[in-house]
Amino acid sequence: MNSTILPLDYFFILLGVSLAVISLMSFRDQGNPRRIATGSFWALYATVFLVGDRLLPLVVGIIVVVMALIAGLGGVSLGKYHLFTPEERHNSALKLGNRLLYPALIIPFTTMIGSVLFQKTKIGGKFLLDQKNFTLVSLGVGCIVALVVACRFTKSTPVQAMRESRRLIDSMGWAVVLPQMLAVLGLLFMDAGVGKAVANVTTTYIPMDLKFVAVTVFCLGMATFTMIMGNAFAAFPVMAGGVAIPILVGVFHGNPAIVAAIGMFSGYCGTLMTPMAANFNIVPAALLELPDKNDVIKVQIFTALPLLAVNICLMYLLMNAF
Amino acid sequence: MQTAQAVQSAVNLWPLIGVAVIIGGFVLRQNPVMVVIIAAIATGLAAAMPIEKILISLGTGFIKTRNLPLILLLPLGVIGLLERYGLKEQAQILIAKIKSATAGRLLIVYLFVREITAALGLISLGGHPQMVRPLIAPMAEGATENRYGSIPDKLMYKIRAMSAATDNVGLFFGEDIFVAFGAIVLMQTILRGSGIEVNPLHMALWGLPTAICAFIIHAFRLYRFDGEIERELGSQKIADDATKGEII
Repeated sequence: MNSTILPLDYFFILLGVSLAVISLMSFRDQGNPRRIATGSFWALYATVFLVGDRLLPLVVGIIVVVMALIAGLGGVSLGKYHLFTPEERHNSALKLGNRLLYPALIIPFTTMIGSVLFQKTKIGGKFLLDQKNFTLVSLGVGCIVALVVACRFTKSTPVQAMRESRRLIDSMGWAVVLPQMLAVLGLLFMDAGVGKAVANVTTTYIPMDLKFVAVTVFCLGMATFTMIMGNAFAAFPVMAGGVAIPILVGVFHGNPAIVAAIGMFSGYCGTLMTPMAANFNIVPAALLELPDKNDVIKVQIFTALPLLAVNICLMYLLMNAF
Repeated sequence: MQTAQAVQSAVNLWPLIGVAVIIGGFVLRQNPVMVVIIAAIATGLAAAMPIEKILISLGTGFIKTRNLPLILLLPLGVIGLLERYGLKEQAQILIAKIKSATAGRLLIVYLFVREITAALGLISLGGHPQMVRPLIAPMAEGATENRYGSIPDKLMYKIRAMSAATDNVGLFFGEDIFVAFGAIVLMQTILRGSGIEVNPLHMALWGLPTAICAFIIHAFRLYRFDGEIERELGSQKIADDATKGEII
């Protein structure tokens, strides 16, 4: 870590401090009916970022379970936020114009420039960016630059930005921690051998003597398994080892590049259809303040299913042709 | 399939309880965070792990995955601040200047840009907190409002969901044709483990047919979505009269 000027840890601290401030604001918000529970939830999350790596894993595990209990019992609730009226916002937009747009665009462009141009930059023998997480570090830098510019244009303060952060985080509520909880579950699934069990069930009971059946089992299996694990990366090793390599490549002599590429894409069709891929499906629904957290999935199903059928046909037609 | 049966006897099927808990929890619409933790504990118990060990692996996993929420949470301060001062309104003012803009057409353009940039490895140019919430969704809503006036809530939610879906489709089916992307590396590693050498460039290339089909299918749906909006709101269509133009 000492070989990096900007390690990712700095941004854990930054996020931890922000969450601690948000927690304090929640504790003091009389407009939130569950302010103690909400404040505690964000305080626990702040702890994980501020001192998480110095706590015993057992303690962090207990924190995780307590957070899940608070969320499960409806403890993460909305507060009161002093918003501008729509007229005030419209007038402000007329006054500031595109100066509102530039800070928003600074974030993606700084992330891109940082991770493409400065990835290997060294200053005084040290790497500028955390080598394992250069994209995230670039994003973090982009957010800070954007915040400075935004405060200057709107004549506002970082404290106000913190209040707005709380408004958006509260509107998402427990959905904020769901992707991380799911990732943990994925790790545990792997330790407990869930992958092997699922692959075993799919491959044992379906006869795959016909090429079309085998292709369909692989593609549907990738999609289904991805839906269960929430991640095509977790599905691929299992389904490749169970079906693609021994049967599609071994028995039917399919081109492994085609089988792998289209198989992975079949997994992505599954990603579009599952709440387990929370950061793509549930979090945006929360972020866009949709009434049903499954609204994004409901829209995506009708792209995912036809595409899955197309994948099966493509693999069937192409895998022996090249 | 004698080999498969031989494997079956060696594989412990009990951990599938975790999968059952997940499916049951989501079907019964329980709080997902709670469902996930219960599934984790059930899976651990089924694999004969003591409670203490389950808690330790939950804790270790949670620390290991701390980088996941950064991409969502770090931009919120700036985005929230800009929203307070009218970012969404400005996005709508901008889209109003393009008379031919509709929600569907706008999203088709975004799908195209998102997929191409992702294929070039520039995946950070989009994303839900940085692009969809502050810019893309308000523009899609704005384009519809400019044509038809006020939008009923249900349709507005669908426009937003479609905006999020478009970002996902563009990202997923674009990034996998970028050679240096993690998926390609993963596939190469797994195949190599079974003694199969594959050129990463070939895998990226064979992603192209699906990537093109994904664009065609989703763009066609967006095109039809414009028709759906027209059918629902066509009767209240705003003629190109001066009143609306002057307010803006």
